[in-house]
Amino acid sequence: MSQPILEISNLHAHVEGNEILKGINLTINQGEVHAIMGPNGSGKSTLAQVLAGHEAYEVTEGSVRYRGLDLLELDPEERAREGVFLAFQYPVELPGVNGMYFMKAALNAVRKHRGLDEFDAADFLTLVREKTQVLDIPKELLNRPVNEGFSGGEKKRNEIFQMALLEPSLAILDETDSGLDIDALRIVADGVNKLKRPDNAALVITHYQRLLDYIVPDFVHVLSGGQIIKSGGKELALELEEKGYDWVKELSREGTVEAV
Amino acid sequence: MRDEIQREEMLEQESVVERFDKKVVDQEVIDKVATEEYKYGFYTDLEEDRIPPGLNEEIIAIISAKKNEPEWLLEWRLKAFRVWQKMEEPTWQNFEYGPIDYQGITYYAAPKSKADGPKSLDEVDPEILDMYEKLGIPLNERAALAGVAVDAVLDSVSVGTTFKKTLAEKGIIFCSFSEAVQEHPELVRQYLGSVVPSTDNYFAALNSAVFSDGSFCYIPKGVRCPMELSTYFRINAANTGQFERTLLIADEGSYVSYLEGCTAPRRDENQLHAAVVELIALDDAEIKYSTVQNWYPGDKEGRGGIYNFVTKRGACRGKNSKISWTQVETGSRITWKYPSCILQGDNSIGEFYSVAVTKNYQEADTGTKMIHIGKNTRSTIVSKGISAGFGQNTYRGQVKIMKSAEGARNYSQCDSMLIGDKCGAHTFPYLEVKNSTAQIEHEASTSKIGEDQIFYCRQRGLSAEDAVSMIVNGFCKEVFRELPMEFAVEAQKLLAVSLEDSVG
Ligand SMILES: Nc1ncnc2c1ncn2[C@@H]1O[C@H](COP(=O)(O)OP(=O)(O)OP(=O)(O)O)[C@@H](O)[C@H]1O
Ligand SMILES: [Mg+2]
Repeated sequence: MSQPILEISNLHAHVEGNEILKGINLTINQGEVHAIMGPNGSGKSTLAQVLAGHEAYEVTEGSVRYRGLDLLELDPEERAREGVFLAFQYPVELPGVNGMYFMKAALNAVRKHRGLDEFDAADFLTLVREKTQVLDIPKELLNRPVNEGFSGGEKKRNEIFQMALLEPSLAILDETDSGLDIDALRIVADGVNKLKRPDNAALVITHYQRLLDYIVPDFVHVLSGGQIIKSGGKELALELEEKGYDWVKELSREGTVEAV
Repeated sequence: MRDEIQREEMLEQESVVERFDKKVVDQEVIDKVATEEYKYGFYTDLEEDRIPPGLNEEIIAIISAKKNEPEWLLEWRLKAFRVWQKMEEPTWQNFEYGPIDYQGITYYAAPKSKADGPKSLDEVDPEILDMYEKLGIPLNERAALAGVAVDAVLDSVSVGTTFKKTLAEKGIIFCSFSEAVQEHPELVRQYLGSVVPSTDNYFAALNSAVFSDGSFCYIPKGVRCPMELSTYFRINAANTGQFERTLLIADEGSYVSYLEGCTAPRRDENQLHAAVVELIALDDAEIKYSTVQNWYPGDKEGRGGIYNFVTKRGACRGKNSKISWTQVETGSRITWKYPSCILQGDNSIGEFYSVAVTKNYQEADTGTKMIHIGKNTRSTIVSKGISAGFGQNTYRGQVKIMKSAEGARNYSQCDSMLIGDKCGAHTFPYLEVKNSTAQIEHEASTSKIGEDQIFYCRQRGLSAEDAVSMIVNGFCKEVFRELPMEFAVEAQKLLAVSLEDSVG
């Protein structure tokens, strides 16, 4: 069953001359949910940004294969059109750019790339209605300029709404849970679970075990100092919550690094 | 109850669809043209009637004679010329331009076949009609844009005005300036130079001396003009200057929305365009004047392009009158103009909405003047400057509250956006308040188009070009909202084209 969607091997990346990722190895198969946890500044967002193709990050070593493609060769928009979606930790505001208009353009760029007919306004609205029901997102938000003046939680929900519209093959969620109230957390997690299909996968970055009660991961990885220092099943998250990161760091210093 | 909810939902959905269709159209247009360069740079080979280059009283007399003008108008021109000769070219602007050889310019060039203007559209030279087709401005009334009447000015003359009959039924006069001089001399004489005196400034004086044609419009009392009026300016001939004059009078209680567009062929030398526009709004009248300026901007190295030195001013003469300027300036090597409002009538309103884009080596020094004279006069200024490449963008604005202007209010907002790090944005707001009851609010911002914004868009599948044009269009939204629909689309696509190779 398990076809790999993403294969990261020995990935090193720099930003402004500093090495942040120091040899990441990670394979994600179809149908799997992986969680990445780790202390502040350990490189979680960096990994997400590198996968999405942010040009500020320079890959110095290693490779990333995504559904048979050399991911690092692709422009950010090509990656997106191939089904890589990043829900940003800090979604930017696009003043004056209407949210519906923005997403219709995005969806059509993706559809065009896949050789599908572009959606007209009516098709698009039907889809939007369907997704808003699933995600229980206020319609007013969608007609406002993208993220402009949104609260922290609204921004995160908007990211998930965009994800639902684009139906990615690989969804990377960078701390989508932080800033969400308890109800929103459940709704967002619900949305993610509903999108789950045997042929796609998710990489969920979080600090909190709580999210993983809702989105149950197949694997949990601990990223520290630019490397994955421990991997395990969902129980690892509980153990981390209890013992803190120092415990894993200690283990890794003793040379018991486990890789998937 | 359930029915009601359903109905509500349907209505809501419909309005979204409506809003949507509009946006979809915009996007489609942007997509189509995003890959085009300046596409109006072609030259049409027309037989011309042109006078020798040079500027003196004799030349002015020839122009006046060619137009069969009354004596008073020739005198008016000569007076302006004599003053102009004694004036100094201004030097306070925030850009430099090569010396203009005023004796090297041809001041009158007209397509030969109809030197004295066609009587009806059927008489217009088919080659000229073709040229306007190519520019996307069909002069044939059947093919014309729905609800837009066009006066087409080519080089020095007006070559045709559409929908004249329809307008005449309402008593609206919409014709070339030359025709107005012949048919409505009393109106011309009453209002010409009443807002921009013939000796107002160096370029206005030059225009007053040598102007050859332009548009004239009069909306009678209480008439709401049923369609958009539009003048389309085209410079075709080489080594000429274009000096048109527009005079627009909205009589008591009338309303008109007026649009102007402009293009010119690609040429290596600079060409001077020095126009004068005068607007007069009487009691309770409203004029909405929109410009989409797309003169040839010069090439990537800054060679060629139009010097667009224009004087535009509107007088809100009557109480409760309103003049609103909206401009989208993407063309010209240099743009230098300040569409202004003189708020004389009590409760009158002046508005200025501007988008100015400079890329490559383009420069713009533009803004507005709001002169508050009447009581409770209000003005709004929204300026959006976008600079890319080596472009320089200056906002220069003046708000003047006279002693008589009890309760005057002004709101100004000047935002600049920089794309790249070799361009510049400058803001010079001047404020003069002589009445302490005035309320003035000024906001200004400068932002760099964010790499993170572009990345965000690309992560959703949009190309970098689409991302930039979307972000910039979002930035300019408050101004585009003021434009009539067709022109808003035009403006958006212009912006997309203008900025298409601004991102590395
Ligand atoms: N553009 C940048 N310039 C300089 N340093 C950077 C840049 N981006 C990231 N870094 C540094 O790289 C390190 C990793 O940052 P990253 O955002 O990946 O951490 P994170 O694991 O996502 O942390 P958090 O849990 O706080 O979100 C940090 O020390 C950060 O300061
Ligand atoms: Mg992070």
